[in-house]
Amino acid sequence: MSLLNPISLLSVSNIGISFGGIHAVDGVTFETSAGQIFSIIGPNGAGKTTLFNLISGVYRAESGIVMLGGEDVSTLPPEALAARGLARTFQNLQIFFRMSALENVMVGAHVHEKRRALSHLFGLPSTARENRGTRDAAMALLERLHLAGVTNRSAGSLSYGQLKRLEIARALASRPKILLLDEPAAGCNPTETAEIDEIIVEVAKSGVAIVLVEHDMKLVMGVSDRVLVLTQGRMLIEGTPEEVTNAPEVIEAYLGTGLPTMEASHD
Amino acid sequence: MARLINNRWAELALVTGLIVLAGLLLPSNYYFRVGALVLISAIAAVGLNLLLGFAGQVSLGHAGFVGIGAYAVALLPTHWGVPTLASIFLGAAFSGVLALAIGRPILRLKGHFLAVATLGLGILVAMVLTNEARITGGPDGMPVPRLELLGTRIRAPEAWYWIAGGTLIISIVFAQNLLNSSTGRALRALHDSEVAARAAGINVARVKGIVFSISAVYASISGSLLALLNGHITPDTASFLNSIELVTMVVLGGMGSLVGSLVGAAVLVILPQALTVFHEYEHLLLGSFIIAIMIFLRDGIVPTLRKALLERKAPEDRV
Ligand SMILES: Nc1ncnc2c1ncn2[C@@H]1O[C@H](COP(=O)(O)OP(=O)(O)OP(=O)(O)O)[C@@H](O)[C@H]1O
Ligand SMILES: [Mg+2]
Repeated sequence: MSLLNPISLLSVSNIGISFGGIHAVDGVTFETSAGQIFSIIGPNGAGKTTLFNLISGVYRAESGIVMLGGEDVSTLPPEALAARGLARTFQNLQIFFRMSALENVMVGAHVHEKRRALSHLFGLPSTARENRGTRDAAMALLERLHLAGVTNRSAGSLSYGQLKRLEIARALASRPKILLLDEPAAGCNPTETAEIDEIIVEVAKSGVAIVLVEHDMKLVMGVSDRVLVLTQGRMLIEGTPEEVTNAPEVIEAYLGTGLPTMEASHD
Repeated sequence: MARLINNRWAELALVTGLIVLAGLLLPSNYYFRVGALVLISAIAAVGLNLLLGFAGQVSLGHAGFVGIGAYAVALLPTHWGVPTLASIFLGAAFSGVLALAIGRPILRLKGHFLAVATLGLGILVAMVLTNEARITGGPDGMPVPRLELLGTRIRAPEAWYWIAGGTLIISIVFAQNLLNSSTGRALRALHDSEVAARAAGINVARVKGIVFSISAVYASISGSLLALLNGHITPDTASFLNSIELVTMVVLGGMGSLVGSLVGAAVLVILPQALTVFHEYEHLLLGSFIIAIMIFLRDGIVPTLRKALLERKAPEDRV
């Protein structure tokens, strides 16, 4: 695996951060390319969300490098990464609760809108045109995530499952090249999980590099091209779903039982 | 009905209707003066609402910008012969640029720290206005040359009532334009989650700076009109108490409601006038009234009323 791989959209090398002496993420290296679904699994507190925060610029890495499309972005803030095509969702929902479902998704398109506060203030025709474009795209996404029925509802009044999908719609509104999904199916019922599953595969097919953190093993093993297992901030193994499932260190780490709910992934 | 209540044109029609109706009914100069004061305060409150109610950023120093606008129409024409109208714009431009310059570092702060920093800004302006007595007249203030339009001096409260009303309507139109744009969505988004806003590509520092600057321009224009209405100005305009009063208008009328800012301004301007008949109990009653509103109408007057109305009308709407 070469870090100079020209087709790798996202490459993370030897990245690490610690909080109060504890290495939350320590020496993690991986890369992924367009159309791939790359999953990160591991027990609670393994450092999966922290890794996302490092990649998306919420935290600055103490060591290591993050490359986006061949550019070193290790020190860039989140908004600069978003402008370069990185989008993410949050495990603990980060919704704009005072805005409608539609407006939440419209915010996702911010990177494609003009930064002209004065023409916004004067309400120039260009602003109306821009609003229309953003609104139409957001409506289509709401439809795609089965949220068309709540378009004008305040986000604060939506159910947990709806909010999970709203986060995905908002992230997709930026038309990302790389999409980080932090437990998109957590707390969702089997029907909703299947819907999210389907969308993830669809989005990857359209050429987006997806990095997925998920506890639902059936979902992970079913859709992933590659899987990285994280424990206590360190990489246990990285490989195809089969390689990971059969790796002795994984079986050992999970106390000889193999990955939980592993059976389910084979049906 | 829900449509109507949330519609921007309905909002505008309501405000215009109220201004015109009151303007036709007001019986005397005294009432026109009070009315003009309400409308002028509402301009600053609408601007502060963009910052406080929509973007969720506290400013306890906005009277500083009111002071800058007020002194712009006093100082520039008096000392440098700048026409009054141009002075209004120069004051507004200065306020906007100043807010942009100091906004970046200040708005990085959160909660109490932001409150204290903006408080300091307001105090600083008031201090400069007081201490530069040679040109500002010091604590006693200075007279404000009257506005001349088409060769006539505008001094009648009734004229100022209509000028302030027109300015308020324009202010609301601009605020609506802004809110209904990507900048407006960005500033509302960062209110709820800065981390999600940044992940969506919003430059939070930039957007906060812009809305701080716009709200400063609103405050400055309001200050200019106030000075022109009164014909005399003192550093008290920029005082901490006036900053607090502006915040109270926004919170009382309803954070995130432009009509609310007019209602909040009306309550805080009219009530003290109405309560003067109670002499020494005036402040006690005013305070109690504000506390009562905040207890019983938690979200502010207009949002609470709107919610009640929507709930009552909801079944009808579904048919
Ligand atoms: N800002 C922070 N300050 C202190 N400690 C932190 C911080 N962020 C993460 N940690 C610690 O880093 C470790 C990894 O946490 P993280 O949230 O990344 O785990 P996770 O793999 O996402 O777990 P889960 O499956 O429960 O979501 C934990 O021990 C956590 O307490
Ligand atoms: Mg996590």
